[in-house]
Amino acid sequence: MSPRRSAPMAGSGLPPAHDVVERALAAAGGESVVIVEDASEAELRFANNTTTTNGVRRDRRVTIVRIRPSPQGPVAGAARRSGIVDVEDLAAAAWHDAEGSQPGEDAADLVAGGPDPDFEDPPGSTDLTVLGGVVAGLSGAFERARGEGTVLAGFAEHRVATTYLGTSSGLRRRHVQPTGAMHLVARSGDGSRSAWAGAGTATFDDVDVDLLERRLAARLEQARRRVDLEPGRYEVVLPPEATADLMVALWEAASGKEAEEGRSVFSRAGGGTRLGDVLSPLPFELRSDPGEPGLECAPFLVAGASGADVSVFDNGLPLGRTVWLEGGRLAHLRYHRAGAARAGVEVAAPVDNLVLELPGGSGSVEDLVARTERGLLLTSLWYIREVDPATLLLTGLTRDGVYVVEGGEIVGAANNFRFNESPVDLLARTAEVGATVRALGREFGEWLNRTAMPPLRVPDFNMSSVSQAS
Amino acid sequence: MTTNGSRRQQREPEREPEREPGVEPGGEGLDPASLAPVVDAALSESARLGCRHAEVRVERIRSQVVRLRDGRVETTADDTEYGVGLRVLHAGAFGFAATVAVTADDAAALAEQATAAAATAARATSRHVELADEPSHGQVRWRSPYRVDPATVPLADKVSRLEEWSRRLLEAPGVDHVTATVLAVVEDKHFANLEGTVATQRRVRVHPVVEALALGRDSFETMRTLAPPTGRGWEYLDGEGWDWDAELAELPELLSAKLAAPSVEAGTYDLVVDPSNLWLTIHESIGHATELDRAMGFEAAYAGTSFATPDKLGSLRYGSPVMHVTGDRTTPHGLATVAVDDEGVAAGSFDLVRQGVLVGYQLDRAIAAEAGLGASNGCAFADSPLHVPIQRMANVSLQPAAGEGPTTADLIGAVDRGIYIVGDKSWSIDMQRYNFQFTGQRFFAIRNGRLAGQVRDVAYQATTTEFWGSLEAVGGRATYVLGGAFNCGKGQPGQVAPVSHGCPSALVRGVRVLNARQESGR
Repeated sequence: MSPRRSAPMAGSGLPPAHDVVERALAAAGGESVVIVEDASEAELRFANNTTTTNGVRRDRRVTIVRIRPSPQGPVAGAARRSGIVDVEDLAAAAWHDAEGSQPGEDAADLVAGGPDPDFEDPPGSTDLTVLGGVVAGLSGAFERARGEGTVLAGFAEHRVATTYLGTSSGLRRRHVQPTGAMHLVARSGDGSRSAWAGAGTATFDDVDVDLLERRLAARLEQARRRVDLEPGRYEVVLPPEATADLMVALWEAASGKEAEEGRSVFSRAGGGTRLGDVLSPLPFELRSDPGEPGLECAPFLVAGASGADVSVFDNGLPLGRTVWLEGGRLAHLRYHRAGAARAGVEVAAPVDNLVLELPGGSGSVEDLVARTERGLLLTSLWYIREVDPATLLLTGLTRDGVYVVEGGEIVGAANNFRFNESPVDLLARTAEVGATVRALGREFGEWLNRTAMPPLRVPDFNMSSVSQAS
Repeated sequence: MTTNGSRRQQREPEREPEREPGVEPGGEGLDPASLAPVVDAALSESARLGCRHAEVRVERIRSQVVRLRDGRVETTADDTEYGVGLRVLHAGAFGFAATVAVTADDAAALAEQATAAAATAARATSRHVELADEPSHGQVRWRSPYRVDPATVPLADKVSRLEEWSRRLLEAPGVDHVTATVLAVVEDKHFANLEGTVATQRRVRVHPVVEALALGRDSFETMRTLAPPTGRGWEYLDGEGWDWDAELAELPELLSAKLAAPSVEAGTYDLVVDPSNLWLTIHESIGHATELDRAMGFEAAYAGTSFATPDKLGSLRYGSPVMHVTGDRTTPHGLATVAVDDEGVAAGSFDLVRQGVLVGYQLDRAIAAEAGLGASNGCAFADSPLHVPIQRMANVSLQPAAGEGPTTADLIGAVDRGIYIVGDKSWSIDMQRYNFQFTGQRFFAIRNGRLAGQVRDVAYQATTTEFWGSLEAVGGRATYVLGGAFNCGKGQPGQVAPVSHGCPSALVRGVRVLNARQESGR
């Protein structure tokens, strides 16, 4: 039976988002901030050469932040609810939160400003039609995989989130953020060989399932010759996707407050932070920028709750190009406005993208492989966890392809390894850097989709033990 | 700081107690009667559209976080997610649709969207999805055992409790910084399917954590409380189920000793693993490895697969004969405990490893049918009304020794050169659950059967079957503790599930121990 075309979309009866902002601000009164995050999502999951779970959803979250004056300083309280929200109740809940809380270290004046011209526009949306090309591509890919004795698995998702932000100081901001990701894994029928490809995208117009499928098929062919290797230190070529996961972990550790407390790799022995220290002899730049071409993201801060270096008082703060590493030096750590003022440094708020680049870096993964006399080409890293915050030592696994390179060519595939490495140390030891391209981290891409990274050559990557996983 | 709020604006008008649509007066969970139009619209429209199966969940999940840093409030968050999700089986494929607009009209629209999603997926479906049969369980009403709903505890009381705990530690010698956090969740689910099961359930869970930091001349150490997350209410913070005073009292001295401790010499050691550490090893190396969806390749792109493949059922030597591992969704205060799962399957318990041999898997209805196993054992869960239910972990537990069994001291007494590992910290395991590496909170050297002070920088690394094959002894019931986590990740889009793992202390021979500082090349 076919669906009735006249049926309304679920959630289409939600009140206009900008109107919710205004009503919530009126209900809250005093100093307050209202955030409405409206999102629609569509996804398709598959495994064993067939689709598994898939669907669509419509989400809306409304957050009210209220500021309670007190003799000790302003106190913020916040509450968030989803769906058709009674803003009077939500405002009361936020106030009760403020009444029960205490002044934090993050208090600051609310960000001032005026309305965005598109503030009253409706939210963006998506649905499964965005994934039509993926579905069509998969249908043929599954058939070919069955014929070749391989097994495909993966996931495609698309989300369009529209944020409306209003403050009692007059600010009205709106931002539409499309986010997509595609993962494809190919495994040989006996499970002994596997390969992964992933891509971040805004529209799926640039995702070619056939191309990804061919790339994986080629990798499975290259893995037919198996080479068993022992643990040890190896020269490796990290593809941009693996670099992305390591750099996201590094960025996550870049909290100014935690560094000041002496509990991070960016703490200076004896007190203070390592701001200004040279972390790499190479002039790396690690940056975030809302205007980064192809990786555009919200140009203002949205914070539903305060943390060590993010503050609800900073909602609406304009975000710009923020350089975390400049010329290989630690240039910024994350600070909210109050923390930055206290520390005497510049404000550095989180931005929803991350780019690592070496000025003049050129060449692709294939170019670096061609210049490798003997080493390993990794595909992706997995289950990455912090072992020692003092050095930012991370552990994790290689996954879905460790290729042995000899004389500039891939000659086979090795077993997987468990690694123990620090991304801070890696930047100091990197021997060669390719061109920066958009790359989706296998593990942390789920959390930070918009990353652009170069391939890296590291001469002595610490493979601590062998993993039997294939 | 501008404070333009007047006194009038600062006072709140008197209001009726907060009540969400569909919530029973008094806050004791969702109200089936008021949600009946929503549920009926979703199911009847699904049936009208020809769906072979349909299940609808209305959920209201309230999550609160309070975090203090050095006794000052850093984070407060109070989030309520309310929505409805519908999964249908149509044209041989699953379709799912969900919305935060919980009305009968929206629920009817969900049926159309879910059916359309199934039709889209069916274009690339190579074999039809089947579900294992499950009878109707009729009307089910259940709530987990708790006494004090944490959502009803005023924020000021929560802050005050964490402030007082922080102060105790900050006043102790050698403590430089303290973070104190409490997470609290009240999860209400109202489920109905075409088979006729209608289940309304409430689960409550809390997880308080306090961590102290000590700075040395050229290094630092942290140590946090061992109190596990639990399916209890605020009474847990009042001492019901955990002795907070005792734990906080011993933390500063243990931390100072850790900071002053020598770095471990890397090598092979016998380990006595405390339940506060072993639960996580069980979670990663047994819990996930015995999920049949993984073992059959349905998580190959994300969470991974499993070395414990179905062809090894009944024959795989998982560990030594003292190893008896169960799965259940019934343990009191267990984080995965329910009455009925998110596919309408009644909760139960089952063996996974018996006398060291793999004998069972965790299942949902689709996987049970795919494997020809007849029936699910109730391991479906969705972490949100907006997410589709998938196979998630039961409470997976290592059973203690029969009878009185050894004490932890007995196990330590059987070791000449080893390490007693307490508390969890870093964890990582590969995508087929072979190779793992764990650290901990406290490491005590064992020499000639006695504890000989702390060491630091310990990480242990092993392959799953070798580790469990070296399990020489498990402690008795008196050593058994129910550990667990709120945040077990799986699936795409990512979902997090709460899960408990009970275990006794255990003696494992000949495990590789790394020095984490040396691993970083320093």
